[in-house]
Amino acid sequence: MKYQERAVVTEQRRIADGIYSLWLRAERIAEEARPGQFLSVYCKDESRLLPRPISICEIDRAGGRLRLVYRVAGAGTAEFSHCREGDVLETVGPLGNGFPLDRGYGRVLLMGGGIGVPPMVELAKQLPGEKLVVSGYRGGELFLKEELERNAKLYVATEDGSAGTRGNVLDAVRENGLSADAIFACGPAPMLRALKAYAAENGMDCYLSLEERMACGIGACLACVCASKDVDEHTNVKNKRICKDGPVFAAEEIEL
Amino acid sequence: MRNMSVKLAGVELKNPVMTASGTFGSSGEYGEFYDLGLLGAVVTKGVANVPWPGNPTPRIAETKSGMLNAIGLQNPGVEVFIERDLPLLRKYDTKIIVNVCGKTAEDYCEVVERLSDQPVDLLEINVSCPNVKEGGIAFGQRPEALEAITREVKRHAKQPVIMKLSPNVTDIAEMARAAEAGGADALSLINTLTGMKIDIHRRTFAIANKTGGLSGPAVKPVAVRMVYQAAKAVSLPVIGMGGICTGEDAVEFLLAGASAVSVGTANFADPFAARNVARGIEEYMEKYGVEDVSELIGAVR
Repeated sequence: MKYQERAVVTEQRRIADGIYSLWLRAERIAEEARPGQFLSVYCKDESRLLPRPISICEIDRAGGRLRLVYRVAGAGTAEFSHCREGDVLETVGPLGNGFPLDRGYGRVLLMGGGIGVPPMVELAKQLPGEKLVVSGYRGGELFLKEELERNAKLYVATEDGSAGTRGNVLDAVRENGLSADAIFACGPAPMLRALKAYAAENGMDCYLSLEERMACGIGACLACVCASKDVDEHTNVKNKRICKDGPVFAAEEIEL
Repeated sequence: MRNMSVKLAGVELKNPVMTASGTFGSSGEYGEFYDLGLLGAVVTKGVANVPWPGNPTPRIAETKSGMLNAIGLQNPGVEVFIERDLPLLRKYDTKIIVNVCGKTAEDYCEVVERLSDQPVDLLEINVSCPNVKEGGIAFGQRPEALEAITREVKRHAKQPVIMKLSPNVTDIAEMARAAEAGGADALSLINTLTGMKIDIHRRTFAIANKTGGLSGPAVKPVAVRMVYQAAKAVSLPVIGMGGICTGEDAVEFLLAGASAVSVGTANFADPFAARNVARGIEEYMEKYGVEDVSELIGAVR
């Protein structure tokens, strides 16, 4: 079930350059949300019509709250970053399918790149089994480090080498000799492409969370499609709706 | 009890509010939020004779008070529409208008014929999509071509035919008259205005198709003007659309001469938008003591 909910801001903090952490009270959405799902967040400025899809970082079901960690990428997210405790944001959610939690893997690699790191926090909390998180950052601002370390062993890669492995998440996997039964990942397209290839080479299952510009967020408008290997059951062509059939896909079902 | 119902080409709608094609899916996606039976009609996304894969992504871009889209009429084809989507829509107590797209006159006629024995109330013929290379707008920018395709479709159609007109023309009144001459039962307008957005940071086009159709509140004054001109030019009922977000916006179109209105892009800004527009019209009628919504149609001359 999806809900339109007037979410009340309970806390907002800047946690890195251009990265904000927003806690919202949205009881019905929090009740049903799962790791890997997202929210549509609507701007107050009516000249910005389209909702901003933002992934769920943490779910506090008991408190009816959700945490969104997002990057200021334009005027819409800049508007959100000015919200203070008590402000109200229109939201719709929870949207999308989320990561599969019931595959029974013994050890899993959770890989987040940049603003793909946040969904790994709730995933690390809820996914059973041994969890190794590999987070890729541009520089030394290792946002969400403490949260990830609570539920997983954390490895870090930074582009500038200021912390952890110099390079990308796969460089960190190789440097630390990490292996697992499956990869769960969210991040930029080149990273996801590399992970898909890596998982295939190493016989690992792989689930990727994709991103695309969205309009409706609920599977109606067909703006946010990705290419699929086979003809999709819903679209009847070789593409899938990221907002509705995703954002998480098994790597082998999509073309990157 | 105020009368909200309107008659469109012999079909009675419980209120004059419908959805604009392409924004509302084809299988009742927005039914997760409210009872679609609160709308006068649901207009489906374009349906072709065979599945269409649509355009490359990115397919949309936001603009000030508007958006550009170049979805490219992706659809699963008429057979899947009939077997899967139509029954999902029929669950609601509302009229079903199927938007029909094609690359050739034969394509349109094939879909129209396939739908002839189906529980569909009206057909809307999309001869105005700016985002596909063949068909679509090729039929919608010259009056002779529009009249010919209208006549051809009418020969095959069992349900009343609405011709959806493009705003990307010099003289909308001439196009409206051409559709009327071809035998159209109603007109709908406006489709989107061809636009472009350039990402100055990446120095690329914001959408992969380079151009896209502009919709949303930014186009509303253009749409009101064109609905007014079209409604004056013909004796057919006109369905008005273009940037309608509120009941007040809808009333503006009714006063300009529209017999019904469609809510499109506003569904993205608020999933309850179409239902709220219907309520808003009723509130306007209460405020001004209007007993019958028909009193508003074309009341500003």
